[in-house]
Amino acid sequence: MAIVKVTNLKKAYGDFYAVNDISFEIQAGEIFGFLGPNGAGKTSTINILIGLSRPSGGQIEIHGIDVIKETKKAQSIIGVVPDESNLYDEMNGFDNLCFCASLYGIGKEEREKRAKDLLKLFELDGVAERPFKHYSKGMRRKLTIAAGIIHNPKILFLDEPTTGIDVESAMQIRDLILALKKEGKTIFLTTHYLEEAERVCDRIAFIVKGKIVKISTVSELMEEASPDYRIKLKVSGNLHSIRDKLDNEFDDARMEILDETSCLFISKEELSLYPIIESLNKKGIAVYEAKEIKPSLEDIFVKITGIGKSNGRVVKDK
Amino acid sequence: MSGLIAFWNILKKDIRNYYLKPPNISWGIIFPLSWTLMQIIRSPGDLDIMELLPGLMGMSVLFGTTSMLAVTITFERKGRSFERLLLAPIGLNTLVLAKISGAVMFGIFNAFVPLVLASFLTDLSGINWTLVILGVFLVAVSSTLLGLMVAVSVQEVFEAQTLSNFFRFPMLFLCGLFVPIERLPAILKPLSFCLPLTYGTDILRASILGSSLMNRYLSIFMMFVFIGILFYLSRRNINRKWIL
Ligand SMILES: Nc1ncnc2c1ncn2[C@@H]1O[C@H](COP(=O)(O)OP(=O)(O)OP(=O)(O)O)[C@@H](O)[C@H]1O
Ligand SMILES: [Mg+2]
Repeated sequence: MAIVKVTNLKKAYGDFYAVNDISFEIQAGEIFGFLGPNGAGKTSTINILIGLSRPSGGQIEIHGIDVIKETKKAQSIIGVVPDESNLYDEMNGFDNLCFCASLYGIGKEEREKRAKDLLKLFELDGVAERPFKHYSKGMRRKLTIAAGIIHNPKILFLDEPTTGIDVESAMQIRDLILALKKEGKTIFLTTHYLEEAERVCDRIAFIVKGKIVKISTVSELMEEASPDYRIKLKVSGNLHSIRDKLDNEFDDARMEILDETSCLFISKEELSLYPIIESLNKKGIAVYEAKEIKPSLEDIFVKITGIGKSNGRVVKDK
Repeated sequence: MSGLIAFWNILKKDIRNYYLKPPNISWGIIFPLSWTLMQIIRSPGDLDIMELLPGLMGMSVLFGTTSMLAVTITFERKGRSFERLLLAPIGLNTLVLAKISGAVMFGIFNAFVPLVLASFLTDLSGINWTLVILGVFLVAVSSTLLGLMVAVSVQEVFEAQTLSNFFRFPMLFLCGLFVPIERLPAILKPLSFCLPLTYGTDILRASILGSSLMNRYLSIFMMFVFIGILFYLSRRNINRKWIL
C-alpha cells in the first residue's frame, strides 16, 4: 500500500525549478532513499512534503491526507529530522524532548516517560541535563532524531541523517533507522552517500537537477548496471606479452589489463577460476589473489546520471 | 485540548527562556527609572509624578514588548527552532497567540514597575484601576503586534532590533508620552493619530489623571481597530513569509 503519493511535484524559486515535476510513491513500511548530489532538490522536496514550503504545482498525499489542503492534519502523523538540528540551544536534552512532545499535545507524565525512554535508547541519558548547545555533533543528531519520533509518527522524514558525523555515530544512526523500520515505520531519507543508500534503503530514487532520473530497488539497480560477471586478479609477470594468447583460449571471457599487477576477466557467464589460474601459471604468471567484483552504486550513479566521480559532487562514504 | 497543551508549553518556554532572563527584565526598570531621573535633574523641585506616570508606563510597555518579540522570533528563526513550531500540528493562530501572550504578559509586568515605584512617592488613590488595566493591556497587545510585524519583515536579529527602534523612538515623541500632542508641530499631528500608542497613552492619561485629549471610549475603540488590523496584517504576512 502506498502511504505517500507524490504527483507532478514542482517547486520554483523565481524561474529556477529546484524540483521539476517529480512523481513517486512510498510503500508502507519501506525505507525510501532520495539520492542526489548537492543542490539536486532533496531538501526542497522534503520541505514541501512536511508542509514547511509550498509547492508551485503537483499533489501530495500522505496516509490519505492531502498535505497541501490539510497540512496540520498531515503533520500530526509525520516526524521530521532536518539536515541541521532545530532544537533549543539553551534547553537541556530532556527539556527539549518534553517540549517537542508537548507540541503534539502529549500530556506531562506521558511525555516525560517517552523522553526518558528515548534518551536511554539513544544512549544520551548521561547528558540529559546538559544544555543542547554543549552537545557534540553526533549527540545533537541523535537528540534531533529522538525529537522527531517522540510523538510516535507513522512516517519519518530524515534529511541527510549521517552527514558530518563520525563513522561510529553514523553506524549507530543507521542501525536506529533499521530498528525503526522493524517497528513498522515508513522512512523517507535523503543522502548523498551511495553506500548508505545501499545499506539501509529498500528503494532508491536518483534525483539530479530537480528531476528523478530513476527509481529502483537496490538489487535491480545492481543487475541493470552490470549484467557481466567480473573477476579481478592480482598477479606478477608480464601481462601484455600473453594477452593475445589468452583471448583465444577463453572465447566466452575477455581480459582487461588494469595495471602492471592486476587484470580483470569479464564474462557473460560465471567463470571457473581454476582453468584461468592454470593457464596463467603455464605462461609464467603467478596469481596471488582473485576477487569477484560487484558494480558499486557509484558506478551505477555515474552511468545513470552522467555525473562523474571526479568533479567532487558525488561523495562516497568514508 | 492538544492545542491547549501546545499553547501553554510554548508560552512557558518563552517565559523561562526569554522573559525571566535578568538582562531582559531590567529593560522595563532601567528605562523608566533613567527617564524619571532625567526629569528630576532637569527640573528639580516641581516634579509631578502623576503627570509623568502615563508616559512612563506607555514607554515601559513599548520598550518591553516590541523588540522582545521581534528579537526572540527572529532569533528562533535563525536558529531554526522556529521550524519546529511550524512543523507541529497546531494552527498558525494558536502559534501566534502563544508567541504574543508571553510578550503581552511581559509588557503588562513592565507597566506596573513605574506604578509600584510611584506608589512610594505619591498618593495613587485617585486612579481608575479598571481603566488602567484595560489601557495597559491594549498598549501591550498593540506594541506586541508591532513587534510581530517587525519579526515577519526581517531576517536577521540585528535588523529586528534596528527596525523596532525605527518605530519606537519616533513613537516616544509622537504619541503624547512626554510631549502633549497639542504641543506638537501641526504637520506631525496627523501622524500621531495614525499610531495606536497615541490612543493607548490617552487611555492611561484618562485613568491616571482623569483628563484626556479624546473620549476614552473612542480611544478604546480605536485600539481595538488597530489591534485587529495589525493582527490581520501579521497573520497574512506570516502565511506568505514563513511558509516559503
Ligand atoms: N529559498 C530558496 N531560494 C532560492 N533558491 C533556493 C532556495 N532553497 C533552495 N534553493 C535552490 O534549490 C536548489 C535545490 O536545493 P536543495 O537544498 O533542495 O538541494 P539538496 O539536494 O538538498 O542539496 P544538499 O545535498 O546540498 O543538501 C539549489 O540550487 C538551491 O540553491
Ligand atoms: Mg539538502
